Parts: sequence; C-alpha cells; structure tokens
Amino acid sequence: MPRMNNSDMEENRNITGLNWDVETLARMKEMISHYPEGRQKSALVPILHLVQDENGGWLNTEIMDHVADFLEISPIEVYEVATFYSQFNLRPVGKYVLEVCRTGPCCLEGAERLIDFLERKLGIRDGETTPDGMFTIKTVECLGACGYGPVIQVGDTYYERLDEQKIDTLLMNLNKTP
Amino acid sequence: MTKRILTENIHIPDIGNIQVYRKHGGYQSVEKALGSYSPDQVTDEVKKSGLRGRGGAGFPTGMKWGFMDRSPDKPHYLVCNADESEPGTFKDRFLMEHIPHLLIEGMIVSGFALGCRTSYIYIRGEFKWIIRILQKAIQEAYLQGFLGENILGSGFSHDMYVHSGGGAYICGEETALLESLEGKRGNPRLKPPFPAVKGLYGYPTVVNNVETICAVPWIINHGGAEYAGIGLGKSTGTKLISSCGNINRPGVYEIELGLPVAEFIYSDEWCGGISKGRKLKAVIPGGSSVPILPAHLILETAEGKPRLMTYESLAEGGFETGSMLGSGGFIVFDDTQCIVRNTWNLTRFYHHESCGQCSPCREGTGWMEKILLRLEEGRGKKSDIDLLVNVARHIEGNTICPLGDAAAWPVASAIRHFREEFENHVLNADVHKAGTREDNIEKITAEQPNA
Repeated sequence: MPRMNNSDMEENRNITGLNWDVETLARMKEMISHYPEGRQKSALVPILHLVQDENGGWLNTEIMDHVADFLEISPIEVYEVATFYSQFNLRPVGKYVLEVCRTGPCCLEGAERLIDFLERKLGIRDGETTPDGMFTIKTVECLGACGYGPVIQVGDTYYERLDEQKIDTLLMNLNKTP
Repeated sequence: MTKRILTENIHIPDIGNIQVYRKHGGYQSVEKALGSYSPDQVTDEVKKSGLRGRGGAGFPTGMKWGFMDRSPDKPHYLVCNADESEPGTFKDRFLMEHIPHLLIEGMIVSGFALGCRTSYIYIRGEFKWIIRILQKAIQEAYLQGFLGENILGSGFSHDMYVHSGGGAYICGEETALLESLEGKRGNPRLKPPFPAVKGLYGYPTVVNNVETICAVPWIINHGGAEYAGIGLGKSTGTKLISSCGNINRPGVYEIELGLPVAEFIYSDEWCGGISKGRKLKAVIPGGSSVPILPAHLILETAEGKPRLMTYESLAEGGFETGSMLGSGGFIVFDDTQCIVRNTWNLTRFYHHESCGQCSPCREGTGWMEKILLRLEEGRGKKSDIDLLVNVARHIEGNTICPLGDAAAWPVASAIRHFREEFENHVLNADVHKAGTREDNIEKITAEQPNA
C-alpha cells in the first residue's frame, strides 16, 4: 500500500524504533473490542493517543504505518487523521509539552501576557523546544477551563488560574521530576 | 432558592462512588424505567418535560428521540456528545468530573427508550483524567448489574464505552462527531439524512449532550410534567451556566431558566459582579458562537424589558438586538477589554478549527482573521470594516455545518454593536501599532479621562 512520501515526515522515519510490548498490544486489542466486528478503524484515534504516549509524545511515519497494518487500513487513513487532530504531534517534542490555551476567555484572564512570559522565560517561541529537550511550548485552542484560566495542560493535568509565579513553580517542579 | 436538578447531590463527598451515589437515590430511574415503563413511555415523559438540547441548539430532546428510525432489523446507537469545546463552555466537564454516575444513569434510561444495545460517550481527548473517571464509573455500573446483559432482569441489555477524541472543535457537531467515532477526520456530513435515520456506521443514532442526558433521570423519577413546571414558558427546567471572564465569581452554576440576567451577573449567589470594580462592557451569553451584546442590551431588551436567562428572552430582538442562550457559556467583558482584539482572537479560533470542507468557511475565516489582525494592529483601513461584514455575510448559511455561522455571527455582531471601536482602530491607528496589550490599555485609558 502507498506510504507517506512527505519529506517533512520522511526525515522522521526510523528515528524511533517500534517496540510495542505485550501489554500495549493487549490494550490496543481491547480498544478494538469496543466497536462492532469490522469497525476496528473506530479505534484509530484512541490507539494513536496510546502509541504517541509510548513514543515520547509524537508520531512518526513508521508508527503510523504499523497502526495502519494493525487496524488493517491503508496508511493514508492514519495520516489524514493524525494530521487533522491537534493533539497529535508529527515532530519530536520535549519531555513536557506545555499546552497553553490562547482562546478568548483565557485571554480575558491574562493568557497573552503569560504566553509572552513563558516564551521569554524558556527562551523559545510557540512550537519550539528548549535545547535541553525538556519543554515544548504549544499554544492550543480552548481547553474547556474558561472559568479557571489562564490554563496550561501538561500531559494528563490541567494547571489552572495561572500567573507568573505559579508558572515559575510549575516549571521548577517539572524540572525536578525524574 | 433555585431548584437544583443536576447538581443537587454534586457536593456530597465521594458521590463519584456508586455505593454513595445509590445511597442518595442513584439509579432509581433505571429501576423505574426498566421495571415499569415501555421505551415509548420513557420517550413520552421526556417529550412532556419540554427538555431541550443543552449542547447549544436547544432542540426539543423528546422530538429528536421521536425521529429515531426504530426498525428492529438494524442496530441503534446512542452517542453522548462530551466533546465540550465551545469557548466559554465548561459545564459538562463539571458533571462528568464530580457525578459521573448521573451521566451513566441517564445514558442507560435513554438507551432503553431508544432501543440501543450500545452507547458511546465521545469525550474530547484533552479531558484525560475524566476519561478515567468515566471508565471507572462504567466498570462499577457493570459490577452492580446496571450495564451488560439483561439489566435488572428486564430483558434489556446495554453496553457502554468511552471514546476519546483527538482535539478538534468541529467534532462537537454531531455528524462530524460520528465521522470521528468511525475513525475518520471530523468532516461534517450533509443533512439529511439525519443521524436518527443514518448515523453511526449508517445506522439510526441519537446524539445528545452530556447535560441533556443528565436531566433524564430526574424527569423519569419525578415525571415530565413536574420538570415542565420548572423554568419559564418553553424554557423548561434548569440549565448549567458556565460563567467566565471579568467577574468576581467565575464557575459553573445551575440556574432555573427565567432568572434575570442582571441578577445572574450582579448577585453574589452567581457571578458576583464585575471584578476589580470595573464596569460591564459586553457579554457573549451562550458560548463564543452566539452574538455579543453590549451591556445595555444584555441587561434589557431593546424594548426595555428585563432580559431573562431563557432561550426566548436572550433571542428577543433577533440578530439586531438579541443573542442566544446557546451552550450556556457566559463570557463577561469589563470596560478595559478590546472588542476588536477579542473578535480577532475568536476568528483565529474558527479559522484554526474549520475542517476545510466548504470554501466559504475555510477561506472566509482565514480572510476575516487577517483583516481583523490588521485592524487590531493599527494597519487597517476604514473599508475593512464593511469588508468584514461582507465576508461574514457570505459565509453564513453557505456551509455544510453551523461552524460557518458560528464564525460569522461573532464578527457581524461585534461590528453591529461596536462599530465605533473598530473605526477607532483606524482613526487612532498609532495607539494600536506597537506594544503589549497592557501598554495599550494604559495608553487608551490615559486618553480617556473618564474611563
């Protein structure tokens, strides 16, 4: 079946070896069991979340091709989904992706100032990763935390009602986490 | 004291645990519906209640259920829309985080009414911890015999799964949601056929919002007529309002429909007034997609009647002087906020979230974003303002799904009510050219001694 030939992604090919252990495969099969026979493609987005988490937060072509094989669909069906949804990263990211909400309500509560602060503090711009590979800044659209803004999502956690001081503490704590 | 239907038990410690939930009357509606009602009787109670879709459209839920193609020879699906992504809206999250069993209970009763063997809760992928909360609650429900084969010996069997999205606002639109649930890009489908006829995998499907489904247990326990007695006119029952922006008490509040908007904004029971002692400038009352209203029109209609928190009152005056209740995402602006900047910000959101299928939306949202940014940065022309109105008009009504309208209305309404502010960005362009937002506020405030 045709494979992605986008140079942008091609360079990422084979960077990360594929290593789904028994547990991951079992979880993927369990996800498929949620849908009727022959509708295994429905599990695509949940499975992409899982394999992205296992690959340090991003998806490369090799992984997407394996997901296609696993789900018995063509690779393009995986690529078109992975490029559509904003939670999937198609380039390497830092250990922590700081997903900062940039949408209206958070901006009423000072999000723009905090994005400036974060960029200056880490010396990188939106979309970039610090040279030590620790942090990526990724501005995102509304996270559904509008009453508790400004908000940053890191992994599974929302950090809400942020200000400069709380961001300092957050970064310090993340830096200390082994 | 406002009637509480959805949040009555939400503050009970450990209410997320099924034992605690049951001790406080949880799952009674499942016992009642499956034990003594037919599916049609459940649907009739929901019809009688006047419950309307809480996701934003406000369509009568019972009527939506009535459209379901009930042919026994095919599968039927119930899908809960938990993709809460409309800027300003964070109410469904509140229910799912704190009282997940209320949603599961409502899903079982709704699934019974609709003859569904399987249901899915489609939740936005960012709510990872809520996915775990729901999965745990579903597991508990299986163990207690409220899910699975032959529930409570009724002969009704039902399975329920949580499905994670991937970060796309458009998947809150029900046909995009179904595409996404099938493992595809979230491109909305042309309607008709409606999901009730051809939905998930081409089979009859009902898609309901979290808050809508959470109202069903109370309606079954107390009867549709009693629910219809709460609220005002055709806005029956209670509604969760998630309020945010420049107010003293942002948060999620359950209100009885009919509450005066002024009371909601200024009472300490609700928003607690405008923060930092500032003045109210404008409100977007129903999520970012609905028209923005200036202070005088949100507090009173153009005829001088007090504006109420109902579907009808908020819409009074049409698009000229009214807005919509929408999802209940209530965004409050104080008098230091810049409408042009906010409109640009929201337009960037719609541009980012457009699925790209329809040219008017794909191209129009990007075009509006560019024009708004140059106005905001003091690089605009006076003719840009009418150009924006023109582009918005050509998006509206010309797209497969309502995202086009949702992108056009905020721009059109902002210019309708705050044209002077847009013009001011052209006339006093220098003020807006450089510096941060805070610098600009200081400059603007310095120029307006009364502000």
